[in-house]
Amino acid sequence: MALKIVKGSIDRMFDKNLQDLVRGIRNHKEDEAKYISTCIDEIKQELKQDNIAVKANAVCKLTYLQMLGYDVSWAAFNIVEVMSSSKFTYKVSCSQLQLQSVDAVLITTIINSVSLPLVTQDLSSPNQYDTGVALTGLSCFVTPDLARDLASDIMTLMSHTKPYIRKKAVLIMYKVFLKYPESLRPAFPRLKEKLEDPDPGVQSAAVNVICELARRNPKNYLSLAPLFFKLMTSSTNNWVLIKIIKLFGALTPLEPRLGKKLIEPLTNLIHRALDLLYGMVSKKNLMEIVKKLMLHVDKAEGTTYRDELLTKIIDICSQSNYQYITNFEWYISILVELTRLEGTRHGHLIASQMLDVAIRVKAIRVFAVAQMATLLDNGHLLTGNMQRNGICEVLYAAAWICGEFSEHLEDPMQTLEAMLRPKVATLPGHIQAVYVQNAAKLFATVLRKQEGTTDSLAAQETSQLLIDRLPLFVQSANLEVQERASCILQLVKYIQKLQQKEVEVAEEVTALFAGELNPVAPKAQKKVPVPDGLDLDAWINEPPSESESEDEKPKAIFTKEEPKHTRPRHTEVDEKELARRREARKQEQANNPFYIKTSPSSQKVYQDQPGVEHIPVVQIDLSVPLKVPGMPMSDQYLKLEEERRQKERSERKKKEKKKKREKHGRGRRADSGPESEEDITPAHHVDIVTEEMPEVCWVLLQWPLTDNEKLPVRTHRPAEAVKSPVEAGNGESATPEPKKKKEKKKDKERKVDLSSLTVYLTLFFSHIVYDVQGNLQDGSQVVVSVIFENKTDHFLKSMEFNVLDSLNSKLQRPEGSSPHDGLAVPFQLPPGVSNEARFVFSVQSIVMPQKLKGTLTFIVKTEDASTHEKLDFKLHFTCTSYLITTPCYSDAYAKLLESGELKSSSLKLEGVIMPFHHLLARICFHHHFSVVERIDSCASMYSRSIQGHHVCLLVKTVSTQRVPCLEWMSSILESTR
Amino acid sequence: MIKAILIFNNHGKPRLSKFYEHYSEDTEQQIIRETFHLVSKRDENVCNFLEGGMLIGGSDNKLIYRHYATLYFVFCVDSSESELGILDLIQVFVETLDKCFENVCELDLIFHVDKVHHILSEMVMGGMVLETNMNEIITHVDAQNKMEKSEAGIAGAPARAVSAVKNMNLPEIPKNINIGDISIKVPNLPSFK
Repeated sequence: MALKIVKGSIDRMFDKNLQDLVRGIRNHKEDEAKYISTCIDEIKQELKQDNIAVKANAVCKLTYLQMLGYDVSWAAFNIVEVMSSSKFTYKVSCSQLQLQSVDAVLITTIINSVSLPLVTQDLSSPNQYDTGVALTGLSCFVTPDLARDLASDIMTLMSHTKPYIRKKAVLIMYKVFLKYPESLRPAFPRLKEKLEDPDPGVQSAAVNVICELARRNPKNYLSLAPLFFKLMTSSTNNWVLIKIIKLFGALTPLEPRLGKKLIEPLTNLIHRALDLLYGMVSKKNLMEIVKKLMLHVDKAEGTTYRDELLTKIIDICSQSNYQYITNFEWYISILVELTRLEGTRHGHLIASQMLDVAIRVKAIRVFAVAQMATLLDNGHLLTGNMQRNGICEVLYAAAWICGEFSEHLEDPMQTLEAMLRPKVATLPGHIQAVYVQNAAKLFATVLRKQEGTTDSLAAQETSQLLIDRLPLFVQSANLEVQERASCILQLVKYIQKLQQKEVEVAEEVTALFAGELNPVAPKAQKKVPVPDGLDLDAWINEPPSESESEDEKPKAIFTKEEPKHTRPRHTEVDEKELARRREARKQEQANNPFYIKTSPSSQKVYQDQPGVEHIPVVQIDLSVPLKVPGMPMSDQYLKLEEERRQKERSERKKKEKKKKREKHGRGRRADSGPESEEDITPAHHVDIVTEEMPEVCWVLLQWPLTDNEKLPVRTHRPAEAVKSPVEAGNGESATPEPKKKKEKKKDKERKVDLSSLTVYLTLFFSHIVYDVQGNLQDGSQVVVSVIFENKTDHFLKSMEFNVLDSLNSKLQRPEGSSPHDGLAVPFQLPPGVSNEARFVFSVQSIVMPQKLKGTLTFIVKTEDASTHEKLDFKLHFTCTSYLITTPCYSDAYAKLLESGELKSSSLKLEGVIMPFHHLLARICFHHHFSVVERIDSCASMYSRSIQGHHVCLLVKTVSTQRVPCLEWMSSILESTR
Repeated sequence: MIKAILIFNNHGKPRLSKFYEHYSEDTEQQIIRETFHLVSKRDENVCNFLEGGMLIGGSDNKLIYRHYATLYFVFCVDSSESELGILDLIQVFVETLDKCFENVCELDLIFHVDKVHHILSEMVMGGMVLETNMNEIITHVDAQNKMEKSEAGIAGAPARAVSAVKNMNLPEIPKNINIGDISIKVPNLPSFK
C-alpha cells in the first residue's frame, strides 16, 4: 500500500501539469491540434486513475483546454468527482471550469444526483474557503433541482458569521431565484435585511441582487425606495452608488415623486462629473464639450442645475487665462447665447466675462461691439421679467462695451437711441448709470461722424435727443444715475448752445473720453523699475509715536477714526500724564483678551516699532480668566464697550484734575467741560447725514418723502432744483439754543427699552406685525422680527418669506442661495396662533429710508383641499429704524452740540394735541431716542445709529399754540479710509 | 450581469476566457474572435465602450474594454451594468493582478491562468460583481494560496521541485517562441499596467 502511494507520487512528478501543458502547446506551433489530442488522451488516462491528485491535475488542464475551445463535456462526471475531494486545491480548479457546458444531455441527472450531497457537505464546512469555493462552483452550475434543494441551505448561509460567506450566499441567491422562483418570496425579507449589513461587501452584493431583480419587475421593489435612498446618501462605495442610480432609473417611471427626491443627491453626483470636465478640456475639444454642455443647458429643467452648467461653461472656458480658447468670436457668441437663459442668477458672471474678453482681446472688439449693440437693441427681452432676473446684468457690460469701443459701431446713432429708451429706467440703478455715462461716449462718437459730413443739423438733432431723454434719468432715485445724468445733461445743453453758434465741438467732446483702456498684466507693476533716488522702505512721514498708536487701538474696535484728529490733543498733555496713561493702558491691555484681535493694520504699525515689550502676545496675562467661548459676540462687544467707557470716564476724571490746574491759563472754555470730548470719542469727525424730518415724529410717519426733507449735501439734483429749503431752515435753526441748556442734572437721564417702530398690517389670511431693530454687533445689519398671526380658520403651512432686495438693503439668505430665493419660515401656523420669525437684513447706507416690497407665500390647508396663497407686503425701514437707544450724559451732549460739527434743521408741527410727556414717550419708544434733559415743555434727546452717527433732537412746545417744534441735529462719522 | 470576461493579446490569442452563460465551445471561440475583431481596430483615443457583437446578446449588450500594453481586457455586459463602473472594475482587476504577480506581464497570464481565475472568482461570481475592494480581494486570494500550500505539504514537495526545475528554463523558452510569435516581447517584459 505504502509502495503504491510512493509510486503514485513519483508518477505524478512526471505527469504534465498545467504549465507543462501550456509550454508544450507553445512548443508545438505547427501541429498544435495533434499535440493537444495526445494531451487529451493523457488526461483521459489520468482521470481513470485512483489518485485524486492526478485527477485534479487533469481537470485543471481541462480548464485550460476548454478556454482554447476544446470540448470537455465528456469529463463531467470526473469533474464532479474531483469536486467532492476533501482537498481545497482540487476543488478550486473544478470551480473554474465552465461546468454548465456539461449540463446538456443525460449528464444533468448525474450532476444532480452526485453533486447535491457533495455540495451540501461543503456548504457546512468549517472552513470559510471550502464553503466559498462550493458556492462559486454552484454559481456555475445551478440547476432547477439543485436550486430547489439548496435554497434553504443557502438562506442559512446568508446569515453566516463570516461576511465572505454572506456576500457569496447573497449573490448566489440570485441564481437560485432564477432557477427556482418560488424561493424568492420566503428569502426576500432576509435579502432586504442584507441591504443594511454592517459589511460593505455584503451590502453591495445585496444591492446587486436586488438591482438585477428589479430590472425584471421594478414595481415589486418600489417599497425599498426609501431604504435605497438612505443607502445612496450614506454609501461611499461607487459601485453601490452606480447600481442604486440604475435601480432608481427603473423605479422613477413608476413613482413620479421619487424623481423630485432624487434631484439633490443626483445633482451632487453630476457636479462631481462636471468637475471632471474642467480638467478634461483642451484646445481641441473645448468647443465640442461646450457645445454638448449648451445642449444640456437647453434641456435642463431646474434653474439651479442650469445655473450650475452655466458657471461650469464659463469656468471651463476662462480657466488659466482663456488658455484653451482659440476663437474668441465663438466665446462671445456663447456668452450671448447664454444671455437667453431665463431666470439665471449669473448675469453678472456673464457680464464680467464679456467685459474681460472685450478689454483684453483687442482683435475681438469689432465683433463684440456688434454683438453688444444687438443685445442693447433687444434689451427689452432681457428685462422682461424683472422679478427674477439677474440676466439684465449683461446689459451693464453691453452698454459699457458699446460706449467704450464706440468707434467700432456700425450705427452708433441707433445704439445711442436704444440706450436712451424710457424702458431703460426700469433697470437697476448701477446699470442705468453705465447707460447714461456711455450714452455720453456714444454721443461724442456720433457727433464726430456727423460733423465730419458737414450735416450740422443732424448733430444738433442728436443733442436734442439727449436733452429730451436725459431728464428721465435726472429724476432717478439712484444717486449715481442722477449725478451722471444731471452732469451730462448740462454738458449737452452747453454743447447745443455752441452748436447753434456753429462751433465745431466734436473734437473737444471726444477729448472728454480720450485715452485707450489697455489690459494690464497682474504682475506688470513688478516690471516697472524703481526710479533712482526712490527708497520704498523709507518713511514718508515718521510713524506716530508708540503711545499714540496704542491709544487708538482699543477704540478702533468700535469706531474708525483718524489718528490725525486726536494727535493735536496730546500736545496738551505733559510727560507725566503720558506715563501714567501708558501704565493704565498696559493694564487694560493685559486684562483684555481681545487685545490682539485689533485690526491688522494697527498691528502692522506695531511691528514697525522697535519696542519689543509692546508686542501684545507677550503681555497676555494667563491668570486672567478668559471669556467663556460660547458667549454670544454681542455680549462681548457690549462688555468691551462698557470697559472702555469706564476707562474713559476714570481717565476723564484724572484729566479733569489736571485740566483744572491749567484752567486759568486756558480761559472760559473750561467750564463747558473739556472732558466731554473724551466721553464721546467717536465724534471727532463729523459730517452731514441726510435725515428726514418727518420720520422723527410719529404723527407724520405716513408722510411721503419730499425733496425738501432731505439735506442737500449728499444728494445730487439738477441745478434748478438746488434752492434748498433746508438752507433756510439752517438759518433759522437756533444752534445756540441747545447750548444754553448746559446746566444739566444727570438724574434726568432716562433709559428707554430697545424697541422700535411697529406697523400693523392686517392681512386677509394672516396677520403680520414686524419690528426693525439695529444689530449692535454689526453696523450694517438690522434684524426684522416679524410676528405672523393666523387669523383664519385654516391651517397655514410652508410659509416662505421673500423680499425684493434693493441696492441698499438686502435680505440675508443662507450662503449659496440666489438673491431671489425666499426664506422658509421655520414654523407652521394653526388657526389663531401667532409666532415670531427673525430675518436679518444687511443695509449699506442708513441715511435714507427704505421701502422693501415682499411677498409671503404659504399654503392654506382646508379640510378637503389646500391652496397656495400669496400675500404682498411692504417693509418700511425708516431712518429711525437704524437708531439704537443710547443714553447720553448731559455734559457729553453739550459738548457734542458745541463741537459745531453737527448739521441741523428744524421743523414745526401743527395740530399735535397729545400731552408733551406722551409725545416724548412716543418718540422714545418708536424712534429709539433717549431723553437727555427735560425742562418744562422743552426736551433734548439723543440717539445713535448703528453706524455711530449721533442724532440730537430738541423738542419744544411753542408756548401759546402748544405746537411742538422739533429741532434736530445729527452727525455722521466719516470713515477713516 | 456580466456575460463574459475575455483577455486576449494584440493578436487575438485568448489568455483568459470566462463565460457566465452557456455557449458551446465553438460559439465561445467565435465570440472571442468577433470581440477581438471589434476591439482591435479601434484607435487608442476613442471611447472604451461599444455595442456588443451579434453573438453575445445583441443590442442589449455592451463591450467595455481596456487595452494595456499587449493585452485587451474585455467585459461583455448587459444594460444593467454601468460602463464607467465596469471600466473601474477592469482597473481594479488589473491592479490586483499586478499586486499578486508583482509587475504582471502577459507571460504571467499565460502560465498561471489558474491563478488569474482564482483572483477573478474573488471579484466576479456567476456574472455578478462580488467584491470591488482590492485589499479585500487580495486578502482572500492570499489566504487561499496559503491553504493550498499547506495542503500540498510533503506530498506536493517533489512535484514542486520538478516544476521548479522546469521553470528554470522558462525565460529561455519564450525567446525561442518569439521568432514565430512577435506578440511576446521578452527582452524587457513591459508591465502592462
